[in-house]
Amino acid sequence: MAKILLEMKNITKTFPGVKALDNVNFQVEEGEIHALVGENGAGKSTLMNVLSGIYPYGSYEGDIVYDGEVCQFQTIKDSEGKGIVIIHQELALVPQMSIGENMFLGNERGKKNAINWNETYGEADKYLKMVGLSESSRVLIKDIGTGKQQLVEIAKALAKNAKLLILDEPTSSLNETDSKALLDLMLEFKKKGMTMIIITHKLNEVVYVADKITVVRDGSTVETMNCHEMKIDEDRIIRGMVGREITDRFPKRTDVTIGDINMEIKEWSVFHPIYTDRKVVDNVNFNVRKGEVVGIYGLMGAGRTELAMSIFGKSYGSYTMGFLMLNGKQTVLKSPREAINAGIAYVTEDRKGNGLVLSNPIRVNTSLANMKGVSKNGIIDTDKEYAVAVEYKEKLRTKAPTVEQNVGNLSGGNQQKVLLAKWMYTDPEILILDEPTRGIDVGAKYEIYCIINDLVKAGKSVVMISSELPEVIGMSDRIYIMNEGKFVGEMKAEEATQENIMACILQSAGGGEPK
Amino acid sequence: MKIKASDVLKKYTMVIALVVVALFFQHQTGGSILLPQNINNLISQNAYVFVLAAGMLLCILTGGNIDLACGSVVCFVGGIGAVMMDKNINVWAAVAVMLIGGLLVGLWQGFWIAYVNVPPFIATLAGMYAFRGLSNVVLQGFAVGIRNTTFLNVFGGGADCYVPDFFHGENTNITCLLAGAIICVVYLVLVIKKRLDAKSKGYELGPVYADAIKAVIICVAVMWIFNKLANYKGIPAALIWIGIVLLAYGYITSNTTMGRYLYAVGGNEKATKLSGIDPRKVYLFAYINMGLMSGLAGILTIARLTNVQPTYGQGYEMDAIAACFIGGASAYGGEGNVFGVVIGALLMGVINQGMSIMGVDANYQKVVKGIVVLVAIVFDVMSNKKKK
Repeated sequence: MAKILLEMKNITKTFPGVKALDNVNFQVEEGEIHALVGENGAGKSTLMNVLSGIYPYGSYEGDIVYDGEVCQFQTIKDSEGKGIVIIHQELALVPQMSIGENMFLGNERGKKNAINWNETYGEADKYLKMVGLSESSRVLIKDIGTGKQQLVEIAKALAKNAKLLILDEPTSSLNETDSKALLDLMLEFKKKGMTMIIITHKLNEVVYVADKITVVRDGSTVETMNCHEMKIDEDRIIRGMVGREITDRFPKRTDVTIGDINMEIKEWSVFHPIYTDRKVVDNVNFNVRKGEVVGIYGLMGAGRTELAMSIFGKSYGSYTMGFLMLNGKQTVLKSPREAINAGIAYVTEDRKGNGLVLSNPIRVNTSLANMKGVSKNGIIDTDKEYAVAVEYKEKLRTKAPTVEQNVGNLSGGNQQKVLLAKWMYTDPEILILDEPTRGIDVGAKYEIYCIINDLVKAGKSVVMISSELPEVIGMSDRIYIMNEGKFVGEMKAEEATQENIMACILQSAGGGEPK
Repeated sequence: MKIKASDVLKKYTMVIALVVVALFFQHQTGGSILLPQNINNLISQNAYVFVLAAGMLLCILTGGNIDLACGSVVCFVGGIGAVMMDKNINVWAAVAVMLIGGLLVGLWQGFWIAYVNVPPFIATLAGMYAFRGLSNVVLQGFAVGIRNTTFLNVFGGGADCYVPDFFHGENTNITCLLAGAIICVVYLVLVIKKRLDAKSKGYELGPVYADAIKAVIICVAVMWIFNKLANYKGIPAALIWIGIVLLAYGYITSNTTMGRYLYAVGGNEKATKLSGIDPRKVYLFAYINMGLMSGLAGILTIARLTNVQPTYGQGYEMDAIAACFIGGASAYGGEGNVFGVVIGALLMGVINQGMSIMGVDANYQKVVKGIVVLVAIVFDVMSNKKKK
């Protein structure tokens, strides 16, 4: 049996009013990939923050034994000195600076008042090679994609002489190809003796890379599974996470009749806002019927969000071509307001970035897209607004003490519900949902799926954009497949499998013209 | 619903600070800061701060944006008005020109900020230079006196700037006391009406004692101030204008859709845009209002000083900004309210006046003011950190 590199003993961490971690025990062996899974708010990130010194010694109870000695980290610098490096979910890179500058930020090569640039870039290139990046370290961060930025983060960690690497949701903003490459890189590091902890919601990734899986639930570790001793599949992990078996991850739709075509897009092309000769969406045709859920599957960067935003009142792109038919009538929508008035709702992908006003309460966020509904001549009827917010809070079962709670304090799943409430209150005929379940836990996902089912039952049309294949297949009636700005396939849900959807994308990528 | 003492304390920190500071100066000045005359001066001298800060709050709400030009605009519109009145043009025409002038300045600056994406700091810095220069041009470098008595009476200038006592009280101004009483009654009626209304619709209600305590404190404070004023010369005319502005802006920020948009744009501009609201119109609205308030502040300032000089209004923008930030407006936008601004402006005013009465050197007064602003912001930042 390999040596235990890290042991966290009886860790308890309390925040005012909440016990975030309750007597947690956690062991990591040298040279393994250990996955930490659990629902949102289960305490995974808190545990890692304790380990890395973000919560300093003394603010929690219990011991951290690392490499045979008891550690008392006061700051991140202390833990990094020991070789424990954490890569956070949100990338911590300065876009305007070069890769090399970012890599040694706070850890500059040379003397304090005389940075040695040759050494900086030379070293940086060395580490970039280790993570398989061919870019020069003089390239600016803003000029490379998110996938590569994530690799730079890893290179940055290596530059700090990491022995124990902690990756918090490393693939949450990566597409499938980049994710796969990242996971393979992890496996390669493992061969070289690196120890890693990965926190992720994507269970297929866990199954792919992990040697051991520890499940965290409600602030305690409930079990550790050894993947080499028994066969672990996703259902087994989910059972551990939620404490019960979820028999069906996608609720069944019953009594839904699919009606006439509600919205139809013809020969739709959208041009990039800055590089105006580049087509981001290229000659797309699709339609959605009443009572139907249409899935649009594509990898990140395929142009799905751009398509949705351009339909939603030309919110994206320098120039849009093509025809939009609503209920058989050709329509031109020039602004989000016109789109809302025409009965379209666009539930944005990034709920924190461009979905919700986090500093405002649920009540205010719920009415924001339909202020007319709660006001008269520009004067707000606060009573009505309150009533509306309460109605939707109950309807969608949003968990919050009152509607006066700021949405910034809610969990991801509940924020998503507030966002849905906001758009449902505009009383749309067509809802475009962009990644409606990203970053939320299994239980909340199920509830969001139920809401989608209720919507189509009421005769609405739903266009669901997602990069999670099981979700697209499980929820859609019909699936469009998008790649590099084009629609490359359409299939009925019954015919769709993960394999033939991926095959569709691969074929188009192989046969397509190079850009 | 339970109310925690710590929450109440946090919400009203600045009010408590104001009381503490006032008591401190009361002690240091041997009781003179709370004399009726000084209360009266506190209001009239700081009229421009209240008015400008109300306008500034709207700009700050949209994302911590400020208007550096308003001090220059005060002087510019004041200069135009004074020159017009000097040439015996109708006083109301002059007032209208000053207000519209301010509004047009706001439109000008708002256009660059909202539609051309010039950062507000730069756009208004440009305005600060340009309108200061234009003030000099309008006044041709000289001071212009104001003799129009109608103007002075209505906007609170010179010696006779009070609402006359219709009841001719002997030592106290009965009109003033009556006005205070009416304000209290109206306030109480509104509170009770709101409670009854909420009850009939079955909404969640705060405990009665909380509203009762608040109402008692407010009524006592109002009666105390009006009693002080009644013992001097009555209601200063400037107070009426301040009252109108604060009520109007309190209403705009809390009860209108445009007010809501100001907060939303400051909180998350992209989300607001995708909710079908045009952020450009919101910015334009904020700066047009700021211009209008600069116009009104110009009127009040020249009325109080009974003349205009090309240097008037210098540093006014900073007083307004400081009042907003001391009053709890977030430097990142999306947070703040008119009540806070009132407290912020009063706090600055009390400190100014207290130090003047104590005879503190004017240079040190500035140092103290600077420290107060810093402490207020540090406090705000710290308490926000704890929240997380």
